[in-house]
Amino acid sequence: MLTMEEIHEIESEAAHYPKREAVSIDALKIVQKHRGWVSDESLRDIAEHIGMSPTDLDSIATFYNLIYRRPVGRHVISVCDSVSCWIMGCEQIREHLQQRLGVGLGETTADKRFTLLPTVCLGCCDHAPALMVDGDLHTNLDPLKIDAELENYK
Amino acid sequence: MTTSTEKPLTGNIRPDGSVLDLPTYEQAGGYQAIRKVLKGGMTPKTVTAEVKNANLRGRGGAGFPTGLKWSFVPLGKDVPNPTYMVINADEMEPGTFKDRFLLERNPHQLIEGAIIAGFAIEADIAYIFLRGEYTLAAERLSRAIAEAYERHYLGKDILGSGYSLELHLHLSGGRYICGDETALMNALEGKRANPRAKPPFPVVVGLFGKPTVVNNVETISCVPPIINNGAEWFRGLSRTKDGGTKLYGVSGKVKRPGLWELPMGTTAREVLEEHAGGMRDRLKFRGLLPGGSSTPFIVEEHLDIPMDFTEMPKAGSRLGTGTMIVLDDHTCPVGMAWNMTKFFARESCGFCTPCWSGLGWAERILRSIEDGQGKPGDLDKLASQADMWGPGKTFCALAPGAADPLQTAMKYFGADFERHIAEHRCPWR
Repeated sequence: MLTMEEIHEIESEAAHYPKREAVSIDALKIVQKHRGWVSDESLRDIAEHIGMSPTDLDSIATFYNLIYRRPVGRHVISVCDSVSCWIMGCEQIREHLQQRLGVGLGETTADKRFTLLPTVCLGCCDHAPALMVDGDLHTNLDPLKIDAELENYK
Repeated sequence: MTTSTEKPLTGNIRPDGSVLDLPTYEQAGGYQAIRKVLKGGMTPKTVTAEVKNANLRGRGGAGFPTGLKWSFVPLGKDVPNPTYMVINADEMEPGTFKDRFLLERNPHQLIEGAIIAGFAIEADIAYIFLRGEYTLAAERLSRAIAEAYERHYLGKDILGSGYSLELHLHLSGGRYICGDETALMNALEGKRANPRAKPPFPVVVGLFGKPTVVNNVETISCVPPIINNGAEWFRGLSRTKDGGTKLYGVSGKVKRPGLWELPMGTTAREVLEEHAGGMRDRLKFRGLLPGGSSTPFIVEEHLDIPMDFTEMPKAGSRLGTGTMIVLDDHTCPVGMAWNMTKFFARESCGFCTPCWSGLGWAERILRSIEDGQGKPGDLDKLASQADMWGPGKTFCALAPGAADPLQTAMKYFGADFERHIAEHRCPWR
């Protein structure tokens, strides 16, 4: 069941488009914002609410990088691995995080605190290497700086 | 704008990283251009003519003349409603960080430009398609849009002119291919972002089947100053035939990576040496990608060519987004090519075979070469793969964009590729 709050948010986005299906991506993101990820059950509820088949909606959900169809940790770390960050050493950043957190890319720590994902260029190449934690950008990174900044995410 | 006539995009931007808010933007002459357009007797055709005359070319990378694009949109009462104006703020081209700067620091100039562009094509609805990761831009744009509605710069009967425009912000679900204008329209329609066949062109059959113009953030931000100061002034800002200034950026191992608004046609050498401070100590320049990771490499001999849409092809490359990525002599060119090919393979929409199959294959070959497992014949395979991604052989520009840096890496740094295979290792590791 979608909550009243989720329905309200979906409907206010749906008003911006002439066709109801157009709200599909917004709807997935809204539900994910509240629940952390999009489960099969959530997917079916959203599909029913906006009048699409669950299969069609899943083909959309799985297409987009920012929609999670598997549970994630309390915080998602997205490490930029595009070319400018690569030149500036993002491989070492990734290796450091994997070692520290004890997970590979696409995995979540046992305490459900962090999920580690790769991401496309974050558009701050003059401050590479960079990563995002949830919606927050962290730049000019080195392993020590990462360790300090991750302390703010419990 | 009253100030900053040499830097119409960034001259008023605050150096402390804060947003140029509505009162400050207005004090600097902001929202005068829409008054000139909506209340000063301009028509859609005269606005379009001014922009055409300014030689403004699309800053998303393709360089299509903006006024010309607008002029293709059917006007008048018989056109099926609504017409859409879409701002492409899906900045995801690796190495590109220019639109973020304008979106976060000067959102009202973009909104004012969108209103003028909307008027020129008789748009009823406008969307800003913003990448989901740009959270600060989303926050600042949302606020700026609300402020513009409060001041009646948006909505019904703008400033009593009779022209109405609704503007909505859409946050992307995240996928590089959404930057392609036809894929972007599918994403806005709530579909998978596969590119569409052209023709029909979006200006006639676009978003929801209606006439649609898609323009980049930097392009649209140029429009209010053009209206305020005139086409001739805008052309005069440039050193070459393409009008205006350009946001040039540099990333990689230079002394001062950054972003600068400079006359269009500034040379790469000037940007690199005077603004970015040259290479870091003990590092040598080997080459650069002029405008994001889908533009072909240029090398030392090309550094004095003016960086604009017209001149860069003479160096076998393109201006692209104007944000260059520098390769130094302590960085492996094979590794760099592998990194970029991996990016394109991962972001392929999966629609056409040369792209989804070929990019993955090339990525695996490059990885094996970098890991010291390369075999004689691998370079021929890479060359023939890249040839199959060329323009006209795939459905959109993603695979051609992957071919360009790979082909030119093999052309300029071929000996490094061969050394990896001969020595069974990466000499940089």
